Amino acid sequence: MYLLEMNHVRKTFEDVEVLKDISLKVKEGEVVAIIGPSGSGKSTLLRCATLLETMDGGEMIYCGEHAVHSDKDGNAIYAKPDVLKKIQTYFGLVFQNFNLFPHFSVMKNVCHAPLKVQKRDKAEVEQKARELLHKMGLEEKEKQYPFQLSGGQQQRVSIARALALNPKILFFDEPTSALDPELTGEILKVIKDLAAEHMTMVIVTHEMNFARNVADHIIFMEHGVIVEEGSPEEVFHSNNPRMQEFLGKLEK
Amino acid sequence: MVEIRFEIVELINGIKDFGLYFVHMCSRLAEGMVVSVQIFFCTLFFSLLLGLVVAFGRMSKHFIVRFPTKVFISIMRGTPLMLQLLVIYFGPWFMFGMKISSGYKMTAVLIGFAINYAAYFAEIYRAGIEAIPVGQYEAAKLLGYNKAQTFIYIVMPQVIKRIVPPVANETITLVKDTSLAYTLSVIEMFTLTKQIAAAETSMMPFVVAGIFYYIFNLVVAVTFEYIEKKLGYYR
Ligand SMILES: Nc1ncnc2c1ncn2[C@@H]1O[C@H](COP(=O)(O)OP(=O)(O)OP(=O)(O)O)[C@@H](O)[C@H]1O
Ligand SMILES: [Mg+2]
Repeated sequence: MYLLEMNHVRKTFEDVEVLKDISLKVKEGEVVAIIGPSGSGKSTLLRCATLLETMDGGEMIYCGEHAVHSDKDGNAIYAKPDVLKKIQTYFGLVFQNFNLFPHFSVMKNVCHAPLKVQKRDKAEVEQKARELLHKMGLEEKEKQYPFQLSGGQQQRVSIARALALNPKILFFDEPTSALDPELTGEILKVIKDLAAEHMTMVIVTHEMNFARNVADHIIFMEHGVIVEEGSPEEVFHSNNPRMQEFLGKLEK
Repeated sequence: MVEIRFEIVELINGIKDFGLYFVHMCSRLAEGMVVSVQIFFCTLFFSLLLGLVVAFGRMSKHFIVRFPTKVFISIMRGTPLMLQLLVIYFGPWFMFGMKISSGYKMTAVLIGFAINYAAYFAEIYRAGIEAIPVGQYEAAKLLGYNKAQTFIYIVMPQVIKRIVPPVANETITLVKDTSLAYTLSVIEMFTLTKQIAAAETSMMPFVVAGIFYYIFNLVVAVTFEYIEKKLGYYR
């Protein structure tokens, strides 16, 4: 069974069709990288997958449960709020610009949702948070506030915050593009470590080497369609002219 | 020698008289001070709460809620508070022929102040709420917070920090505006000051009034500075 299945997803913004019949499947423990030029619809796809945006057509299934199914004309029909609320707990999202809560300390950023939303036990949540912060190399920063941290540190806090809720799948939307090149490495290493632990992840990235090394499956998108997909080997040695052009541009 | 000593004694007596007169005037104005302070605190309490309701009305998705609220705010901010007080006080009589008792004066003043300031506070709240980046809402949604939790835990604390300076400004204006209760001859600080000054052809009531309003506002300013500092632990 797939953790996530998206079939024939369509999304239009004011007459512009941003996603045209996108289908993707993510298995448990798999790392999927989505690459493609700016404006190709990568963020929109992640936002549809994380219910921040509503798709116009297609279906979306998490762990066999339909978040969205399509009617006979292919139009998207969303499940009832209580179903969506349950499905919401299956995934987490790491934003490009972190979106930490500035008025919460690092520790509170990580613990607040597990305590107030999931109503978990305080001791358990705090222990888990400390473990996560340790894993992110932030054990010293517990009491700091986001503005006192570097971008890379803030991004690691936001990853810890997402992981604290025990999601089955974690989405990343260009987790390193708001960071200086020196700080990019520390985030990529954290993601690599998560991949080694078989965390299921879908990562939109412009870091080709990273995608190549970490991803099990790469999807190349352009103008709202999947132009090429497959293993890193297959995609990076593809004969598709658009794919070659994109990779060529990046190398220059 | 004797003359100089005489002058010093006279000077000391003069200061003494002045001091006694000052204290005497303060005690005569005390009643007014209490009323002004009452108007101030009641207005602040009701308008800060009512302002929140108005702000939500102003941001409502529904036109039938949003538009009247917008008109209300526009009128409240676009006409003199003095005129509003008169309308609220005399309105019931002119419009419905209701008898107005003089006990209604203070109520009319409080209603007028509360709804007028609520309009100003509503716009401050709205600006504060709309300044919260959409990313905060999205992060909260992804973490599973519902709408109420998002507002209480995530949005409101950040809004409070943002609105402290403009609210401080309005509050300082309110201290001075309490004198407008004079329009309906509520016996507050300013009404009393004018009465006594006219009766005794003396400047002293104005001196006392000036000092009163100044110290009152100093306390307000220091309080808000303290709050601002307390909220300065994050950016
Ligand atoms: N809320 C919106 N309203 C209107 N158009 C939108 C909206 N969001 C995205 N778009 C449009 O959809 C297209 C795809 O945007 P999207 O952000 O998904 O691209 P992307 O692949 O993530 O690009 P980038 O690599 O620059 O992040 C763009 O043309 C964009 O202008
Ligand atoms: Mg994007």
